[in-house]
Amino acid sequence: MYETNYHRASSVEEAGKLFTGSEDAKYLGGGQTLIPTMKQRLAAPVDLVDLGGIDDLKGIAEDSGALRIGAGTTHYDVATSDVVKRLIPGLAHLAACIGDPAVRHMGTMGGSIANNDPAADYPSALVALGATVTTSTRELSAEEFFTGMFETALEEDEIVIAVSFPVPEKSAYSKYPNPASRYAMAGVFVAKTKDGSVRVAATGAGQDGVFRIAAMEQALAETWSADAVAGISVDAGDLLSDIHGTAEYRANLVTVMAKRAVAAAG
Amino acid sequence: MGVEGIGARALRKEDKRFITGKGKYTDDKVLPRMTYAAFVRSPHAHAKITNIDASAALEMPGVEAVLTGHELVADGIGNLICGWMVHSKDGSPMNMGAWRALESEIVRHTGQAVAVVIADTQELARDAADAVNVDYEELPAIVSASAALLDGAPQLHPEAPNNLIFDWEIGDEASTDAAFASASHVTRMEIENNRLVPNPMEPRAAVADYDVAEEHYTLYTTSQNPHVARLVLSAFYNVAPEHKLRVIAPDVGGGFGSKIFIYPEEIVALWASKRVGRPVKWVSDRTEAFLTDAHGRDHKTVAELALDANNKITGFRVKTVANLGAYMSLFSSSVPTYLYATLLSGQYDIPAIHANVKAVYTNTTPVDAYRGAGRPEATFVVERIIETAAREVGMSPVDFRRQNFVRSFPHQTPVIMCYDAGDHDATLDAALKAIDYDGFPARKSEAASRGKLRGMGLSCYIEACGIAPSAAVGSLGAGVGLWESAEVRVNPVGTIEVLTGSHSHGQGHETTFAQLVSERFGVGTETVAIVHGDTDKVQFGMGTYGSRSGAVGMSAIVKALDKVEAKAKRIAAHLMEASEGDIQIEGGVLKVAGTDKKLSFSEIALAAYTAHNLPEGMEPGLKEGAFYDPTNFTFPSGTYACEVEVDPDTGKTEIVNFVAADDFGKIINPMIVEGQVHGGLTQGIGQALLENAAYDENGQLLSASYMDYAMPRADDVPSYQLLTTETLCPGNPLGMKGCGEAGAIGSPPAVINAITDAINNNDLAMPATAERVWRASRGALPQAAE
Repeated sequence: MYETNYHRASSVEEAGKLFTGSEDAKYLGGGQTLIPTMKQRLAAPVDLVDLGGIDDLKGIAEDSGALRIGAGTTHYDVATSDVVKRLIPGLAHLAACIGDPAVRHMGTMGGSIANNDPAADYPSALVALGATVTTSTRELSAEEFFTGMFETALEEDEIVIAVSFPVPEKSAYSKYPNPASRYAMAGVFVAKTKDGSVRVAATGAGQDGVFRIAAMEQALAETWSADAVAGISVDAGDLLSDIHGTAEYRANLVTVMAKRAVAAAG
Repeated sequence: MGVEGIGARALRKEDKRFITGKGKYTDDKVLPRMTYAAFVRSPHAHAKITNIDASAALEMPGVEAVLTGHELVADGIGNLICGWMVHSKDGSPMNMGAWRALESEIVRHTGQAVAVVIADTQELARDAADAVNVDYEELPAIVSASAALLDGAPQLHPEAPNNLIFDWEIGDEASTDAAFASASHVTRMEIENNRLVPNPMEPRAAVADYDVAEEHYTLYTTSQNPHVARLVLSAFYNVAPEHKLRVIAPDVGGGFGSKIFIYPEEIVALWASKRVGRPVKWVSDRTEAFLTDAHGRDHKTVAELALDANNKITGFRVKTVANLGAYMSLFSSSVPTYLYATLLSGQYDIPAIHANVKAVYTNTTPVDAYRGAGRPEATFVVERIIETAAREVGMSPVDFRRQNFVRSFPHQTPVIMCYDAGDHDATLDAALKAIDYDGFPARKSEAASRGKLRGMGLSCYIEACGIAPSAAVGSLGAGVGLWESAEVRVNPVGTIEVLTGSHSHGQGHETTFAQLVSERFGVGTETVAIVHGDTDKVQFGMGTYGSRSGAVGMSAIVKALDKVEAKAKRIAAHLMEASEGDIQIEGGVLKVAGTDKKLSFSEIALAAYTAHNLPEGMEPGLKEGAFYDPTNFTFPSGTYACEVEVDPDTGKTEIVNFVAADDFGKIINPMIVEGQVHGGLTQGIGQALLENAAYDENGQLLSASYMDYAMPRADDVPSYQLLTTETLCPGNPLGMKGCGEAGAIGSPPAVINAITDAINNNDLAMPATAERVWRASRGALPQAAE
């Protein structure tokens, strides 16, 4: 690791000031990606602004038909929250599938979505549930927020404050983990909203990160059953291919995980 | 604690310090005025170094030195050696290219060290290493051993035309050809053994300390064999004469073979310590470990098995290309030859075997011994083709194996080894019963009703441990003898220290070895200390690898204990005015049989040291040493049965049951043996399902971190069922065989045989990743067993 200056902010405002006052700063969420990257000397911020001490970023609450989760909430807290399990059990299950216990106790939702790793789990939930991302300056829909592999709409100094999930009629997440990293080789989140519309989002497989699968959404809107998506394939040409799985295999996984997610949602 | 002898499931004495974080590892060593080393490593797999500019690094405050191969050569530091000479079939010696600890002309694998920075802190050393500017002229790289042999392939070493290190053979080619000419069935397979990265939990490290006044060096290092390290560093690398070099291998966090070898970094640390006049510490990071720890396996084999009309095996022909990487590591030449092809007879009576092995240079990390070293490769070839042949001729794999088992011992194979003892039916019977082999069809049907493909696979392995009779391995090209030594030092108060040349880096020697003493004298294990890992304390030793510490290391201890016991009995007889033959040792007391006369073991020890009243002519003291040179290898064997369920939608394999029935001969501590088998099985399953050192065509290691190199985790393996049977090894005093590697040797073919049975497609390479299994199983519909 290169030398860096560590700052622990106690408010969003202070964090922003620390950030803009530095020639080269990075916000630190749970540190589950940034710290290993720095240890490998692949990132070298002059200043590290830790958001972990900001109480306003933490917490889970039911808020007029939606579930609001603070950006600093750990995966463990999401996975074990009674409120999340009651309102959006698929989201609690997704959080329980992230990494390993150490990662889940340190990693945060805000840190995960701000990094937008194409194999991270949360982006699929945000997109499929039609979540709204509240930042230090504005509100964005999930689809506006995620703009590409490791890319988001966030400005340099902008901080994710919370994510608000409309409570669906039903939803579920099914993931095939990479055997080494335990990130998603393919993870599919399916959701049926209370007005009957369906959204299906896949992570881990796409070259540009999370993506929706329109053909599956249409099929499920007509018939909500695993069989409805069994014959629908995504185009392998748009998918990732690496030593763990070819695009063709990932395309198969997307269909299989979609089937299983629909079955799990009931 | 207390008296815990042979067979006791004694808790490990060393675990208190390990599980409370109090182990003392090389990286825990901090010396006054210590500096830190960081290596400048090649980003290319094959390139000419045109310039090394260290001026910017040298200007950084706190940088002591930047050293390159030019200074290394000028100071007379020798090239790295390979300690086992193998000759090609035409009689010519192996073609070995030069390997310098710091390369200054041509780099041949990614991560090769080209310079070292010595600085006041680790961070500074790394920053300065980044500032060393090396100009490279890239050369075409080759990573596939088969392709490296082809005309026009990039050439690594001028000493090795066509990248061929040796073209070696074993067995009788003519009689093997004759067996094939008259065969009624021939099974032919192409078999790949995937390259692995050892991944001990503790990365390699070295702390080198040169004492200018004494002209003496001390090296703390992560070694499985500190005496061999001292010998090689002295005799071949000219770092220091042997009596001026002390090597200490303190607590070492796993090795699996990778810490047998003396690597460039330890040589450079010692040499640099004298150069800068301060202690030098180097600790590998995980990326360096992936790039520079010797890798394992990497064979490509064509195997053919000849059967007669009764399905009796009549001949076995094997052609293997072994990828040894960019340089010949310390024992690399022995692994694909004498540790591999000599085990190709497996558990079977095969009258004719011929094997040809070509060892090849490529632009990859050097390959050497890794848990099992040659024997997993042999077992995979044998047990895959045995299973396949049985399927081809329509025989049950159980019956086919039984029909061809070796049943009388000793059994001379056509490939050097003479099996001394064993009972292959016993382990096979035990495994089949434990896994409920007969109930498998019903379980297969039940799995099919859930849409899953269930399969059963067997592996009947035999391996050679207790390496090795010194004269025998000497005649085969080994550069060292492979005996072991021990010293038993009874203190005047009766506590006992056992100094051993074996080295514990996870094996639990401090417990098991103490049990031997406890058994012998009836004293508590808490009164026994095992001393190892320091060349200043222990007389000499060959170290720990090849599952040798029981069969060889403990045999030396037994010999020393014999001498101590004899002397103690003489003293007791003298003091109690009895005949030596009447002295019995029981519960820590020496008694005169048939009387109530007795003296405690500690009283005898004190008497030996006060020397007030010893038998006429006896020297004072109670301390004896012994060297033990084995008369033969030992041959652990067993049957592993693996039951899997494959999800045809994803290709994911779940191991639902795994039975290991092993014959390890005499077992001292069953709990520690079970731990060894658990670890070995898990590494073998890791090889079968998950692990792969993947290079791209330019020689970049793609799986160079845990993000991409899949290590087995607890949820990848089942709860194992372990069984043991016992035939004693006739070649050593306790009848021990060796258990450290068996799990890794025997398990991969059991797993692959099970998956190929499940998916009804025999064409499946390791690692059997979900995608590979998914592709191989496409079209295989779950169905009830016939």
